[in-house]
Amino acid sequence: MATNRSGTAGAPGKGAPARPALPGGRFSGNGSLTGQLVKIALLGLFTALGVWAVLPLYTAGNWWGIGLAVAVVALVYWVYLSKRTVPAKYLVPGVLFLMAFQIFPVLYTMSTSLTNMSDGHRGSKEQAISSIEAYSVVRGEDSEEYVLTVATTGDPESGELVFLLTDSEGDAYAGTEEGLSELERAEVGPSGKVTDAFGYTLLTPSQVNARSDDLQDFAVPTGDGSGIRSSGLSSAFEGNAQRAYDEACDCVTDSETGKVYTADDERGAFYGEDGERLAQGWQVGVGFDNFARFLLNPTFAASFFSTLVWNIAFAASVTFLVFVLGLAVALTLHVPRMRGKVVYRILVVLPYAMSSLAMYLLWRDMFNADFGLFNRMLGLQVDWLGDAWAARAAVILANVWLGYPYMFLVATGALQAIPRELGQAAQLDGAGPWQAFRHVTLPLLMVAMAPILIATFAFNFNNFNAVWLLTRGGPFGAEGTASGGATDLLITYTYRLAFSEATAQYGYAAALSVMIFLIVSVTSVISLSRTKALQEVDR
Amino acid sequence: MTAPDVAVRPVYQRSTGTRLTLWLSRLGWRHAVMWVVAAFAVFPVLFVVSAALNPVGTLSSSQLWPTGASLANARELFQNTPFTTWYANSLFFALTNAAVTVLLSALAAYAFSRMRFKGRRVGLIGLLVIQMFPQFLAIVAIYLMFSNIGEVYPVIGFDTRWGLLLVYLGGALSINTWLMKGFFDTVPRELDESAQMDGATHAQVFFRIMLPLVTPVLAIVALLVFINTINEFLMASVFLRDTASQTLGLGLYQLVDSQRNANFGMFAVGALMLSLPTLIVFWFLQRYISEGLTSGAVKG
Repeated sequence: MATNRSGTAGAPGKGAPARPALPGGRFSGNGSLTGQLVKIALLGLFTALGVWAVLPLYTAGNWWGIGLAVAVVALVYWVYLSKRTVPAKYLVPGVLFLMAFQIFPVLYTMSTSLTNMSDGHRGSKEQAISSIEAYSVVRGEDSEEYVLTVATTGDPESGELVFLLTDSEGDAYAGTEEGLSELERAEVGPSGKVTDAFGYTLLTPSQVNARSDDLQDFAVPTGDGSGIRSSGLSSAFEGNAQRAYDEACDCVTDSETGKVYTADDERGAFYGEDGERLAQGWQVGVGFDNFARFLLNPTFAASFFSTLVWNIAFAASVTFLVFVLGLAVALTLHVPRMRGKVVYRILVVLPYAMSSLAMYLLWRDMFNADFGLFNRMLGLQVDWLGDAWAARAAVILANVWLGYPYMFLVATGALQAIPRELGQAAQLDGAGPWQAFRHVTLPLLMVAMAPILIATFAFNFNNFNAVWLLTRGGPFGAEGTASGGATDLLITYTYRLAFSEATAQYGYAAALSVMIFLIVSVTSVISLSRTKALQEVDR
Repeated sequence: MTAPDVAVRPVYQRSTGTRLTLWLSRLGWRHAVMWVVAAFAVFPVLFVVSAALNPVGTLSSSQLWPTGASLANARELFQNTPFTTWYANSLFFALTNAAVTVLLSALAAYAFSRMRFKGRRVGLIGLLVIQMFPQFLAIVAIYLMFSNIGEVYPVIGFDTRWGLLLVYLGGALSINTWLMKGFFDTVPRELDESAQMDGATHAQVFFRIMLPLVTPVLAIVALLVFINTINEFLMASVFLRDTASQTLGLGLYQLVDSQRNANFGMFAVGALMLSLPTLIVFWFLQRYISEGLTSGAVKG
């Protein structure tokens, strides 16, 4: 329909617009006064936002960041002030978000997957060395003592820890993981405790207690192999580091035990001769080691492939069951003049209209072995979520309950689009109802339903909520939560590795994500090439 | 459905027995099947309602059928948890994300549907390709990214509403844009061309002519985004760790995670409250739903 007119509406690059509008439908140039004012106001707002974004970057001396911010603001100005960029005016807002929070993270995931990034391997080598030195500080005879006030920058529960220190002369300092600096504009109480400091949030004793683990690992490096550590909630001492880094041998020597730990730049940590590793390491590229680990390493590979098989089986069986049940219900209701049809429809669609998150949690509690509805009502003793196969069945059942109303809606729509006469004609020709359905209705139905089935499969392949909220991937085998559980999907396994284990393994988790990308894109490319979606591009 | 079914009407009177057999073979079994299906569909909902009204409020004492009607659970939920904050957070994310996503998506769909420009084809295919990389798969990178961003801009760091909202908006251009573009294509071009002849700018055509004509698809996309956001768990759990900043979904999760048996009554009230907005939107948009769903967006 549009082919003979393409290039008229909003075609870019046609020069300055004329008024009155030319035949052929070029857009006129300037709109109403209100439109102009709104545009100016929005651009002003955006500029303010840009300035706001640049200020902290300037303070931090991050010139790349400033360059990026300026470039974005300039791009937006160009797009919205030029008369030749009409399509861009409509695309830029969405595309900017897409670039920043979808495309960039995907690329970042890929680059992280090639590193050993994890807890203990987050920063640079210099940071690792200074934290090793500061962490090994012990109290000497002439150690300087400080009165300690624990503070954070930002939120008390998650902000970065800062030691506000008062020495015997009453001078106050702020100590961070980077080092010690003088604290100005601080109020010091009679006990030596800092009572107010600009830019810092002082923690109450209970808040300090809540972060005692962080406190244990926190030390302020003060240069020359010495550092400040806390000795209780309100005092700290400066002492000498037992472990010192020597650039000549690229190693760390422990002065008390005499042990030497040599830097291993391939693995990003200091290793002793007996293979002992210092906890603080740094981030290095490890190539495809992460991938090799779950593809080739026997233990990890077994876990990965069994997870993958279950993941595919889960998505396929949910898609199949949901389709069969939804279609069966749609066929049952596909009859003219049935009493109560509307009521049935509302009741059947009810699960779809409930919050799926809450419903997963509800199903988990219904499956509860001790107090759950199923065991109580049916008089069973099944440990639904503790037994591997029972848990798998439970996850599938809950998903079928949540998913079939959608298929029912879709199948009803598709059935109504098929003329009833086709089925009747087949029956006149002697086909039974089943034959008429199998050879006439079903093929026509599949044309409409195939893309939906593919999409449902892809959705369930990564259905994080379905598994995490019901079983968290469990039950687990003898190796515990570090390996895949019986109901783990790849995405829940990834999530647990990165966010739910004692040591977060970001690099490894990112490699798993990339693996999921690959699997999903291969399936999608195959299925997309079989659908008509791409033809729409040229319309 | 084009023509009504043409049934052959009997002219003679059948006996009661024959009529019953006929009814059973034509409609009776359908009613029987639907009773079973409806029971399967409704029983968890019934259970959660009766648990919410259950005066004892534990999981072990909750029955399928209501055993009493008390508001004790609701009162406890309001008093012992930051329920209103959680609820406000959930609604904030769902509403803001739905509104802004619809706007951004409609803008892009308008450009893709009405304008011909360099990169249009690449852009459309690109949108399809990006669908293969769901945003939450990059959660590790998003987490690492925002632990750095949060240091420079605490306003959009973890535990803030704006940070998570920004991430959600990264998924604004998606398959929904395709859905919208398809709908925009069905609006006759003559309409906007005649408006241009009368001197309307492209912006005026978009806001005054196109948007009012495509309201159904806007409603559908808004509904889908709303539902997805209110049920989103993965990214919210990574971003919102502070109790006061959490959404109702996260709050409910923790409520039954720590005290599975005792808190179940409170959870049931919360589950109903979380479903309430979805139920309301469904009720008002029901006539658009099956039409919009068949065009390709997915939930469940």
